[in-house]
Amino acid sequence: MEDIKPQLFKVTVDGIEVEVEPGTTILQAARKIGPDVAPPAMCYYQPLKGSGGKCRACLVRVAAGSAKDPRPMPKLVASCITPVQDGMVVENESSPQVLEARKGVVEFLLINHPLDCPVCDQAGECDLQNFAFDHGAAQTRYEEDRRTFEKQDLGPYVQLHMTRCILCYRCVYTADQITNKRVHGVLGRGDAAEIGTYIEQAIDNDFSGNVIDVCPVGALTDKTYRFKNRVWFTKPVDAHRDCPTCSGKVTLWYRGEEVIRVTARKNEWNEVTEFICNTCRFETKKTSDWTIDGPTQVARGSVITANKYRADLEKPSFGQRLAAAQYKPIDDKRDTSQLSIQQLPPERFAKAE
Amino acid sequence: MQLTNRSKQVSNKEMTLAEKMYLPAILQGLGITISHFFKKKPTIQYPEVKRYLGPIFRGHHVLKRDEQGRERCTACGLCAVACPAEAISMVAAERVKGEEGLYREEKYAAVYEINMLRCIFCGLCEEACPKQAVYLRHDRIVPVFTERDNIVYGKDKLVEKMDDRYVRNNPSVQATPTEPSLSRSVG
Repeated sequence: MEDIKPQLFKVTVDGIEVEVEPGTTILQAARKIGPDVAPPAMCYYQPLKGSGGKCRACLVRVAAGSAKDPRPMPKLVASCITPVQDGMVVENESSPQVLEARKGVVEFLLINHPLDCPVCDQAGECDLQNFAFDHGAAQTRYEEDRRTFEKQDLGPYVQLHMTRCILCYRCVYTADQITNKRVHGVLGRGDAAEIGTYIEQAIDNDFSGNVIDVCPVGALTDKTYRFKNRVWFTKPVDAHRDCPTCSGKVTLWYRGEEVIRVTARKNEWNEVTEFICNTCRFETKKTSDWTIDGPTQVARGSVITANKYRADLEKPSFGQRLAAAQYKPIDDKRDTSQLSIQQLPPERFAKAE
Repeated sequence: MQLTNRSKQVSNKEMTLAEKMYLPAILQGLGITISHFFKKKPTIQYPEVKRYLGPIFRGHHVLKRDEQGRERCTACGLCAVACPAEAISMVAAERVKGEEGLYREEKYAAVYEINMLRCIFCGLCEEACPKQAVYLRHDRIVPVFTERDNIVYGKDKLVEKMDDRYVRNNPSVQATPTEPSLSRSVG
């Protein structure tokens, strides 16, 4: 009974080695290293049990299955549901095959996703937007009509735009696991699948507002925040209050002096750390309701930091990345010998009398 | 030692008799003056006559309407975030039933203001716009202000009038992925 400590597995992701416990998925191991090597995730959501394996955004190449059997896996695997083996070698963005596959995944996700980011409230904090910018192609090849749905009302607080849905099932798992009564799910199959509340029942559970936070796209949005402002003009502030139903730890989104939105706090993977109740989210929108903890840590290069001038301002990185991708060297070969300042002989300097 | 190779040697030799009389030089100068009487005048009488400033001049802002007269702007805020002078501000509103002929998208700018004292006419708003809604007219300049309270231009001054539509053809600009059906030429 002395050697209870489980043996740690050594995994290599993009050439960086990390030791993780058995049973960890490749995605979790990569996230342990850092955001540079972590694969993107559209459907996987750590707080929700059973999520993942649907969107194929996190495909990686396993170059060596394990130390005992170092053959590569025949196909790309979804890293969010594949457990690691000891001595596994994973290629994420270092493999051109993975990048090619992700390009295809973006294209498939965008087949039916409307390109209405200028209208959508999620723009700026949208997982699909980031994913498409990082891995997608600049041009669309799709010419057919996109699938459309009627706008649906899910109660007084939540707006469902079924056209934007990518069927990640995150909201379904949220309704299953966070609330005590599931009132919505996926109706239909295949191409006709859609999120619905079944006979358009209103969602009236205390924690139903969390489906807004878990939605990776703008399919489920906050009605009280609808078209109020763009994400990058608001200023996030951490705050808490004594709430009888939830932890009360939230992020307030300010425009000037006014709280225009309340969301749960999210970690660096855009995952909710603690789910909050509807009273906190929708009904307490005054600064006097809250105790301010301080400004939210926003990732450098996030568009949320745009136009907030500080001495150590770093511009959003997408512009720099776009410029780097479109960089063309210019021909700068010309005679520059006359341009440099030439040293004058010492007799040209006036002598002190 | 020389700093550049453009310096010239000055000659200091004695002038000839013709040069000492100065008359040929004066006549040559007069000839140049008289020849200008018969040349085309380069001066333009500015307020009455205006020079064509080229197809890429950046002047008065315009919020375009589409072919059916609907406002293109959807208040996405990309112009405001691109604006280096922070001159643009807007308030969005949701289109209600019956306004489909007025606004193109389900969201529109209820208020759209440009502070013309802040604006530096860099054209970044035009570049940022994903809906090809905001343009800087090449044929009209923002007039000089006389009153301090008409510096902030609202939608009444910015939205294109249907009888005064703005046209500019610039084939070098490609269509954006969000509006694949449109070419960038405005018409």
